[in-house]
Amino acid sequence: MTALKRAAALVALLLLAATADAALFRFADQGDAISMDPHSLNETLQLNITGNIYEPLVGRGKKLELIPLLATSWKQTAPTLWRFNLRKGVKFHDGSPFTADDVIFSYERAKSEGSDVKTYVGPIKEIRRVDDFTIDVATTEPFPILPDTINSWYIMSKAWCEKNNAATPVDVRKGKENVATMKANGTGPFMLKTREPGVKTVLVSNPNYWEKVESNVTEAVFTPIKNDATRVAALITAEIDMMEPVPLQDVEKLKSNGDLVILQGPELRTIFLGMDQSRDELLFSSVKGKNPFKDKRVRQAFYQAIDIEAIKTRIMRGASTPTNLMVAPGIRGFAAELNKRLPYDPAAAKKLMVEAGYPDGFEVGMNCPNDRYVNDSLICQAIAAMLAKIDVKVNLMAETKVTYFPKILSRNTSFYLLGWTPSSYDSHNALFALIMSPGANGQGQFNLGSYSNKRIDALGPQIASELDEAKRNAMIAEAFKLHADDVGHLPLHQQALAWAMRKNVSLVQLADNNNWLKWVVVK
Amino acid sequence: MDQAGDRAREEPVLLTDSTGEVIVTRAGGRLATAWTSDIFYSFRRNPVAVVSTIALAVCLIAAFFAPWVAPHNPFDLKTLSLQDALTPPAWEQGGRSVFVLGTDDQGRDVLSAIMFGARISLLVGLASVALAMLLGVTLGLIAGYVGGKIDAIIMRIADVQLSFPAILIALLIDGVARAVLPRDAQTGVALAVLVLAIGLANWVQYARTVRGSTMVEKTKEYVQAARVIGITPLRIMRRHLLPNVMGPVLVLATLNIATAIITEATLSFLGVGVPPTQPSLGTLIRVGNDFLFSGEWWITIFPGIALVIMVLAINLVGDWLRDALNPKLR
Repeated sequence: MTALKRAAALVALLLLAATADAALFRFADQGDAISMDPHSLNETLQLNITGNIYEPLVGRGKKLELIPLLATSWKQTAPTLWRFNLRKGVKFHDGSPFTADDVIFSYERAKSEGSDVKTYVGPIKEIRRVDDFTIDVATTEPFPILPDTINSWYIMSKAWCEKNNAATPVDVRKGKENVATMKANGTGPFMLKTREPGVKTVLVSNPNYWEKVESNVTEAVFTPIKNDATRVAALITAEIDMMEPVPLQDVEKLKSNGDLVILQGPELRTIFLGMDQSRDELLFSSVKGKNPFKDKRVRQAFYQAIDIEAIKTRIMRGASTPTNLMVAPGIRGFAAELNKRLPYDPAAAKKLMVEAGYPDGFEVGMNCPNDRYVNDSLICQAIAAMLAKIDVKVNLMAETKVTYFPKILSRNTSFYLLGWTPSSYDSHNALFALIMSPGANGQGQFNLGSYSNKRIDALGPQIASELDEAKRNAMIAEAFKLHADDVGHLPLHQQALAWAMRKNVSLVQLADNNNWLKWVVVK
Repeated sequence: MDQAGDRAREEPVLLTDSTGEVIVTRAGGRLATAWTSDIFYSFRRNPVAVVSTIALAVCLIAAFFAPWVAPHNPFDLKTLSLQDALTPPAWEQGGRSVFVLGTDDQGRDVLSAIMFGARISLLVGLASVALAMLLGVTLGLIAGYVGGKIDAIIMRIADVQLSFPAILIALLIDGVARAVLPRDAQTGVALAVLVLAIGLANWVQYARTVRGSTMVEKTKEYVQAARVIGITPLRIMRRHLLPNVMGPVLVLATLNIATAIITEATLSFLGVGVPPTQPSLGTLIRVGNDFLFSGEWWITIFPGIALVIMVLAINLVGDWLRDALNPKLR
């Protein structure tokens, strides 16, 4: 190659680089993050959006492996003690430096009243400051998987929060707001530029980020587009560059479009139904003076009345994996031998209802989001029709997650649909948050029907502190078996991920449905 | 529609047959003479009117008798089977004769859903027109008869409201009602709110028409005579003026039913109308819209066609009625 050609190629490359350097990335989801406060709601989309702005101590890489973010290294120094070395020279977006005080503040904030992420810091007893960039984390019990469990607990600036009267997260369940709901000041690769709830959220890249990121995105615009057809049309007409979820009915159609790339993959999220098993009388039911869900026969009748295969073929168009477990394959502790559903059998279900004393069925209110999970409200409608066959009249309340989550998280529900991805990729998280009795430090925080089994409650701490993998898995399996035998929840399926983007976009699809902007490249 | 109003002002005596006898005062024998009357003569001579009336009659029968004539009851969840979902229309490959127009994503028969949906659309259309008519005619009579300040106030409110599109006002009323009512009570009264919103958005036309006719009528001798013998204004308005100004209002109402149905469909399409548990045609179209890209066209196209046929039939019947009742065109 002559020198001239080489020079020309270099110029061309530089030009390309210059255009590629400043890129706009517009992405859409079916719903919006409810708040910009990273401690106010434990929901994947909200933690994904705010996780571009704020950072945890330990994060996840492209293969979901642990990677150092605000902590550079960590080690267990005693059975209940961990030492974390913090990253030096990191600055918050407002220019103030990041130190150990911010970590301790964020710990206190995350476990305060009104926080929805208590479950992540629950095992931590206290955090001691060793120096500006070293902390000791003490746990109440030996907790060998601590680093795995804190990647959704984001660090906020102590000075900024205190200055703005946002030192505690406001309770999103009660519809309250503070400065951190609308503004953000993190250490992450992106900064919040403007926030219009329900309309759009604009992020810009952080020029002072501590690491050079792969992404060339300088401005990222997030728009919630609830209507499936509108969201698809926006992508086809290049009004947006990427969106999820792709409506399942449109997957085949979009695959044949040469301008688009469809990314599909299994998701770690399990969709299930929960039932209020603690009140003596259900809030929303025709049955007075007693709670039919306290009777295992009723719960089992509901389970066996659900035709999960029909939901898979007709509503999910094959893009789901029916499950009997509350965790997906790929989560540590998943027990394949327990993953056998009770057979779909409306006649047996009807018989169970008669035995339980409800030959004429009853009425019950059901809460369901319509913009959170794939085809969520369609699933609920179908289940309402299936339960009608055992004479249960379901009064379905399908609504946007903005009103749905506050309602069910305050346990103002009798029967609800929820999805859960253990953020630690470990079964203990599902047991601790969904199955164990509601208690201190975030235990059972998302066990919204207050299912309770004393043996599982006893197994939980043992699983958390057990170091031997085989023993630990055996205990997890025992807990899942007890829960399945009790029909504590009605597991439905794991949904599949379906993202679509313009072909000039490259990004990393994670099985936990996170899309980190730092890996997005727009050519 | 404004035309009708203008004409009403020029031609105040409308509801009379060829002998000049006022129809409203004529008692029995109506059916016997109806067939030979001018109106029915013009009806028989007008194929558009006949066809649209038949189409409208089919729509009305299908809608009002839906629980008895529909092949399935889409509200009876017990009879639904998810396995039937997304069946194409009978003549397409994979179609089944039990579901003539196919099924939607939940296995509901599209034909039955349309019949039940048309019922709700018509109900909302009729009820909101009745409300708008009641309000508009009352206010128009008062404004036209009393005049002065009251007239000015009522008509300025009408002018202001007329400067906004009706759909915007309906959205506003609907939004306010949603904000005021507790969420859980909303589904129960959603239909009533919708009727109120559409009714309140459409009263102005009636008020203007009636006011114009009233102003002409009140100068006539029979009204003056009634006033002289001491009949109260309320009674004059009700017994003497009202029957003589109703002609154009009825024409307007017929045409407005179509507009009201479209408004309802628009609101439901936007998701602020009737709840999904009581789907109207607009709701069906919105739900089906999600499946348009994927080739399941029947879920949205058929409710759309049904809506077009119904609205077109009502409009054509209304047009014919307007012409038939206009003495200038005889």
